[in-house]
This record gives sequence, C-alpha cells and structure tokens, in this order.
Amino acid sequence: MKWLSRSYTWVVMTFLYAPILVLIAYSFNANKSRGIWTGFTFHWYKELLGNSLIMQSLVNTLIIAVISSLLATLLGTMAALGLHGMRGPSKSLIMNITYLPVINPEIVTGVSLMLLFVLFRLEFGFTTLILAHITFNVPYVILNVLPKLRQMDPNLYEAAEDLGCPPVPSFFRVVLPEIAPGVITGLLMSFTFSLDDFIISYFVSGTTSQTLPITIYSMTRKKVSPEINALSAIIFVVVLVVLIIVNINDARIEKKNRRKVGDSFEKKF
Amino acid sequence: MKRSFSLFLAILMLASFALSITAFAVVEVEDTNYYTKYKDAGISISVYNWGEYISDGSDNALDVNAAFEQLTGITVNYSTFATNEELYAKIKGGGASYDVIIPSDYMITRMINEGMLAKLDYNNIPAAKNIADNFKSNQFDPEAAYSVPYAWGTVGIVYNTDMVTGPVDSWDILWDETYSGNILMFGNPRDAFGIALLRLGYSINTEDETQLRQAADELKKQKPLVQAYVMDEIFDKMQGNEAALAPYYAGDAYTMIAENDKLAFAIPQEGTNIFVDALCIPKGSQQKEAAEMYINFMCEGEVAAANIEYIGYSSPNAAALELLDEEILNSPIIYPATEVIGKAEEFLHLSDETNKLLDALWTEIRTNDTNFLNWAMPLLLLVAIVAAFVIISLRKRRKKRQQLY
Repeated sequence: MKWLSRSYTWVVMTFLYAPILVLIAYSFNANKSRGIWTGFTFHWYKELLGNSLIMQSLVNTLIIAVISSLLATLLGTMAALGLHGMRGPSKSLIMNITYLPVINPEIVTGVSLMLLFVLFRLEFGFTTLILAHITFNVPYVILNVLPKLRQMDPNLYEAAEDLGCPPVPSFFRVVLPEIAPGVITGLLMSFTFSLDDFIISYFVSGTTSQTLPITIYSMTRKKVSPEINALSAIIFVVVLVVLIIVNINDARIEKKNRRKVGDSFEKKF
Repeated sequence: MKRSFSLFLAILMLASFALSITAFAVVEVEDTNYYTKYKDAGISISVYNWGEYISDGSDNALDVNAAFEQLTGITVNYSTFATNEELYAKIKGGGASYDVIIPSDYMITRMINEGMLAKLDYNNIPAAKNIADNFKSNQFDPEAAYSVPYAWGTVGIVYNTDMVTGPVDSWDILWDETYSGNILMFGNPRDAFGIALLRLGYSINTEDETQLRQAADELKKQKPLVQAYVMDEIFDKMQGNEAALAPYYAGDAYTMIAENDKLAFAIPQEGTNIFVDALCIPKGSQQKEAAEMYINFMCEGEVAAANIEYIGYSSPNAAALELLDEEILNSPIIYPATEVIGKAEEFLHLSDETNKLLDALWTEIRTNDTNFLNWAMPLLLLVAIVAAFVIISLRKRRKKRQQLY
C-alpha cells in the first residue's frame, strides 16, 4: 500500500512541475519553436537582458506588486482590527461586502474600475494600477488576519493595558506579534496576486505602466518570444532559492529554540 | 531572508547593468537637423504598437526606440496590444492618451469615421516620400490624410508537403475530408469568415445577410474536419508536423518555412485578403509634432528595413526595399506577383449590424448549441436561490438546537 501512496505523490508532483520543467528546458533551446530541439544555448537569456520592453514590464510589475501589497496589508490589517471589534448585523454586512470582490469575476472588477477611473478623469498609469491592485488585495489580507485575531487571547491586550502600557505600544508589542503570521501571509498572498494579475491590469493600465502579463499577452498575434521562457525560468529559480533559504533558516531557528528549551529543562531538574 | 533579498537585488542590478551597456548602432537619417527640435525639451511620447512588431535590438539589430531617443532626446513610452479591437477600446475609453498608434486597415476607417484620428501634417513627415507609389493611396484612407503604411501582408495556406498530396491552389482544400483532423483554422471571426466568403466567390466585406449565413453554414460544415481554431499556436503545430493545412499570414508562413523545410505556402486562386497596418496619430495627442517626428523616423529607409526584417512581413517603404536581401525580395511568399495582389481584397469597416451578426454567427459556429443558455441561466439562478434558503434554514435550526442545550 505504501508504494501506492508514494507513487500517487509523485504523479501529483509531476503534473504540477512537468510544465515548468518543460518550459525551463525550452528556454535553452537554440530553436525559436517549442516543438523542435536543435541545440543548447544561453542565447535567450542574453536577448532577454537586452530586451528593454520585457525588462521594463518586469520592473513595472515588481514596483506595482511591492507598493500595492504593502499598502493593501496596512489597510487590510486596520480593517481586520476594526471588524474584529464590531458586533451584530453591521459586522456581517461589512464582512459580506469584503467577500464580494473575492467572489466577483475579475473581469467585472476590471471593467467597473476602468469606468470609475474614467469617471474621475484619472489618467491610466501607475496610480490606477496600484489603486486597482490594492482593491483586489485588501480582502485577502482581511481574510488572513481576522482568524489570527480570533485565535488571540483577548485578555493579553487587556493585561498589557492593566500593566500600564499605552494603547499604541501595547498594540505593537502584544497584538502585532500575535497576528504577525496572518499579516505576513496576507502580504505574500497580495504580492503574488498582484504579480500575476492580468485581467484587471489589462483594463486600467496606461501608456507608461505596461505590466509583464500584458506584454506577454500582446505577443500572441505574432508569437510569444522564447525570451519569456528564459524570464519564467529565472523567476522560478529565484522563488525556489528564496523558499529554500527561508526553510533552512526556519529549521535552524527551530533547532536553536528546541535546544534552548532542552537546556532550561535540564537546568530545572 | 535578508540574504535572499540581497541576492535578488544583485540579480536586478546585473540585469539593469546589462541593459545599460546594450550598444545600439547609430542610424543613418536623411536630415539630422530635423530631429534636433526637441533635443533638450525633455518631452515624451506614448507609442502603442502590436506585440513583437518593432525591431528591438535582438541579434544585434537596430533598437529602433532607443535609437530614436538618442537621436531626438524624446522619451518613448512604448506599450503593446494584441488585437485591433483592444486598441480601439483603449483609445475610445479615454483613460490613456497615446501619440502614435498602429491599427490595421478596417480599424483605421472606423476610427476616421468616428473622428478619433488627427490629420497628419506631411510638412513634418518628409520621409513619407519613401512610401511606395502603390501604397500612397489606400482604400481605407484614400487621401492618406490620417495614416502612413507601416507593414502589409497577405493571407494564404501553409501546408506540409509530406502530408498533402496534390496541388494547393484553392480554399476548397480546407474543406477536403481526406485531411480531416489535420486542418487548422483561424481563431478570429473576421479572418475565418473572409476565407469562407472567398471560397463562395463573395466579397470579404459583404454586408448581405444571406451571403454571411451561407458562409457560416460552410464554416459549420468545416468544423468536424478542423483540428483546432488557433492563432499563434499555429507556429508550433505546423513546425512540429502536427497538422497538414492552415491558413495564415504570409510573413509568418515564411518564418515557419525557414524552420521546417517540409512546409510550403500558397495563395489560392479565388483571391485573398491583403492587410495593411499603418501609423496614425489619435486625436487628443499632446505631442503631435513629436509624434510626427516618430512617424518620420519609422519611414527612414534604414529604420523601416530593420523593422521589416524583424517582423518578417512585407514593406510598403521603397527606400527600405532597396536595403533588403535579394532572397527576401524575390520570395513569392512575401512579395507576391502583381496579379495576386490585384485579386486581393482589403478588409473594410463593416456596419455595426454586420459586426453583431458576424459575432453571433461566430459564437454559433464555435459552440454547437447555444439554445441551452435560454434555460441554463434561469436554472442556475433558481438553484442558487434554493441553496441559499436551504443553508439559511439549516443554520437557523442548528442555532435553535444549540440554544436548547
């Protein structure tokens, strides 16, 4: 039975990662086509660095993702704190309004944001993109932070205040560390959503702010350039390296903590 | 975490460094003085072009936008689109203002009719004299008051000589049952209907409902034989010998044949569609003169040649043609004989009713049975309402039970 469960895991892994591996393999293909392998080359990586349109789009995407996810996290965390303190029907009303953008089809959000920005005569560009990204990111932050607030012992904050800590420092010293995992998850989720959003950005992007997904999409009349394979490979490797480093770091901290606990345990007895 | 971040920064820095050292060749232009007007003005123009439709410096070719910036001191904000309709929506929406756009023939007519384009001042575009005589006046813009042609091409059939026996000289072959499952077809309505109409001997710009319905019937008949409705996937499928026949644009066919020598290209005798993409300035451009400078730059022989070599389509620019390789100029695929072009038809702007009919017929072709929408939507709504009621009543009952204990 064990081999069955193990092979099942591998099948799932293959389905998830085979496409990415194929893409990485073809980023080294000397031929422009995705069907024929003619030789190994770093050509597309070199071309990628020289392609100002793709690099500019990448930089735009990263700037928008960083700014919008940070602002969305700030806004979302504050909203979650407020929601946590609310009671009764007004709370459920606000909660439902919060859920709405999550279940709303992206294209509806995109078109309505476009109409809104046109109505307010905002020039499409970085501002509109960042505003739009914050809009669809905030709910994810709220949904990540609220459960953490619910899990938190409400007496902790009161205890801090009882001990003479003013409200603001006691929030930063007591509440924030408790909900930090939720806040960070929300931040990372909004960063990811912002990074690969196409539909909403498509409607609100302007002359100076084309993001990477839009650039790739616009290549489909002619042919998506293999430089995109190279770029995807680089992004995949960077993310993988970051994840590995974070995991190793976590493991080390845990080991250290365990040793500390062990030490104090030994000292006691 | 810190270390990974600095690694990331290092990669970014490396990338930007590589960007800054990319060398671009200096272009030879006719009149360097002309380009000095805005040298230190610090202005910028926004250009909206098709994706992969400009020489971008790859393979040591000319980086057109960088060369323009270096020459004139004008910053180019460059962005890209995939379809004419997308371009139209962006301009019509009014959220962004562009200075140079490159729509195709029928879209140019539509934009002229709706007053969306600005008249060009040819005093600022002296290099427009490079445009070949046969492209100085086009059906879509008879006096060339609004547009300067950038690239053109025809539609024909790409086929695999190993899989197709017999001559390919008619659109009929796309309806031939011997190639069932090996035929690819255009994934957009205008091109697909164009082929069906040509096959029936009608104009590709017909507004006659019976003719259009007849064409739709033909496309429905063809559907069981079609392997897939595609656009750019065609490259991989044809180069990988996965399909035998596909209608596509001539310049792209040339690229495919260069990769796979079993492929060939033919323009059917019934006639074909010729398309022209042209440079225009939308009304409301804040930098019209700088935009005209950009258009002029695109008309310079060397620039136009670099662009057309990158795109692989045909050039309307006589000065560029002189700079191109003999091999390309003599290719009957990219520069077909005059008789072929004489028989080719441009797409014209259709009325709103015809466009709507086309869309409706296309949906009908692609989805076998659209009648289900009539009952499926109300049913879905009903199910959602019932589900909501059930959930609410279940919750209420549970709450009551909890209160009991």
